[in-house]
Amino acid sequence: MSVLVIAEHDNVSLKVATLNTIAAALALSGAVDVLVAGDACQGVAAEVAKAVGVSKVFVTESPALANALAENVSSQVLELAKNYTHILFASTAQGKNVAPRVAALLDVAQISDVTRVIDGQTFERPIYAGNAIATVQSSDALMVLTIRTTAFDAVALGSNAAPVQTMQAVTDSGLSQFLSKAIAKSDRPELAGAKIIVSGGRALGSAEKFTEIMMPLADKLGAAMGASRAAVDAGYAPNDWQVGQTGKIVAPDLYVACGISGAIQHLAGMKDSKVIVAINKDSEAPIFSVADFGLEADLFQAVPELTQKL
Amino acid sequence: MKILVPVKRVVDYNVKVRVKSDQSGVDIANVKMSMNPFDEIAIEEAVRLREAGVASEVIAVSCGVTQCTETLRTAMAIGADRAILIETSEELQPLAVAKLLNAIVDKEKPSLIILGKQAIDDDCNQTGQMLAALARLPQATFASKLEVLDNEVHVTREIDGGLEVVSLRMPAVVTTDLRLNEPRFITLPNIVKAKKKQLETFKPEDLGVDVTPRIKTLKVCEPAERGAGVRVVDVDQLIDKLKNVAKVI
Repeated sequence: MSVLVIAEHDNVSLKVATLNTIAAALALSGAVDVLVAGDACQGVAAEVAKAVGVSKVFVTESPALANALAENVSSQVLELAKNYTHILFASTAQGKNVAPRVAALLDVAQISDVTRVIDGQTFERPIYAGNAIATVQSSDALMVLTIRTTAFDAVALGSNAAPVQTMQAVTDSGLSQFLSKAIAKSDRPELAGAKIIVSGGRALGSAEKFTEIMMPLADKLGAAMGASRAAVDAGYAPNDWQVGQTGKIVAPDLYVACGISGAIQHLAGMKDSKVIVAINKDSEAPIFSVADFGLEADLFQAVPELTQKL
Repeated sequence: MKILVPVKRVVDYNVKVRVKSDQSGVDIANVKMSMNPFDEIAIEEAVRLREAGVASEVIAVSCGVTQCTETLRTAMAIGADRAILIETSEELQPLAVAKLLNAIVDKEKPSLIILGKQAIDDDCNQTGQMLAALARLPQATFASKLEVLDNEVHVTREIDGGLEVVSLRMPAVVTTDLRLNEPRFITLPNIVKAKKKQLETFKPEDLGVDVTPRIKTLKVCEPAERGAGVRVVDVDQLIDKLKNVAKVI
């Protein structure tokens, strides 16, 4: 088996999601190649070359690849595809955008959100918002997978020094154009890989209350901020804070859900957390069925008290 | 311009599914079925574009068993002008669906194809992207805003760190995210009108598509259960448990 991992990065640094994906790749093969496609991204290539298990890094640089446009990245991947039996992406917005396009271009199926590798053809993946786990087997000669990063511990960036090979960039497809980006800059940990997450629901009532009540708790715990879909829909939290079936899937050591009722779709995004705390004044809230520690209390009293006493 | 909107009939999002005891699958017998919520958003967006005079016709298309006609009638009740059913009782996977839709794209030549980003049953999030690849079209997934200009469409996408805006040449494929719009309530008069709208049926063979599944499901299990939790009486007890029992802080 020969495995290629498509690196996720912002041209400046590698995203941890790539290291989780490499871990999944190593369950398939002892030696894994990585493709870094971007612009002025030699630094990212050098970084991933240090990752445990990586045997070779391909790097390609072009303005056409600067913003991970699916049309261009998929063409780039196709240049290498015939050398591999498995092509892996992280199950992130970027990975999910590109992987299916690559699979269709190769006329193969794509397997989304893999949580376990059983063998070279057989994988586990969640379906129905994680209420069922399917064991699936592909009959294609080449498999394209997206990897649920919370299911595989990131490999270390160690003293490996895989060779880095430059490859020619594909020409811009001209079909699409990147216009602009609005990415939140924060000192807070990123939601995707955070060890502690404090998450707020619609009960907070406003963006101001999120700042006033939730952020001090997050600061005290060194936590990332999360939110329910309802809170994001209401405009109390930005879209990239949404945890759930169709938002981010997280599995921190500690997830503190404040004023979140616990709809099936929200649970889908956080029920693999090691420890779940629920603070909600509704004793019947479904969140209590997954919480390890449930505090039936008004979050507007309990959360500031918790922040103060920690 | 024409907008094509594929819609999928899925288990209703409120239903908590159960795994069959023989682990052969999920029990969906007699369970309520509905249009995939993201596809409702797609139909709504297309209908709004027609109401704004940007599009001239909205065509809904669905692939699957005969009962998908119900889903298509719902699409027409929301406002789609006509519908196409590609009828088969074969298990359909995203690659096969993308091929069937590509055949319809060839026939209908829409300027825009709007799909839901993922189906809430298989949670694959693939069909739109695959269709774009097969049709050699640009794609913009996870759209929270869509603006049609002369020959291009500007799409705001929800991505991991925030938002991004891309411009696609038309024809183009867009997949919807939750905040693109809020679908309208369907009125009874529109349900009645929908019954009279045109619904065409094809079979995969008519379109020259082989829908044989590539992926076999070996078994379906319940996820590992979490141990029962405890209620704490106050913040002090919570902190104590987190520090001394769970040891996470």
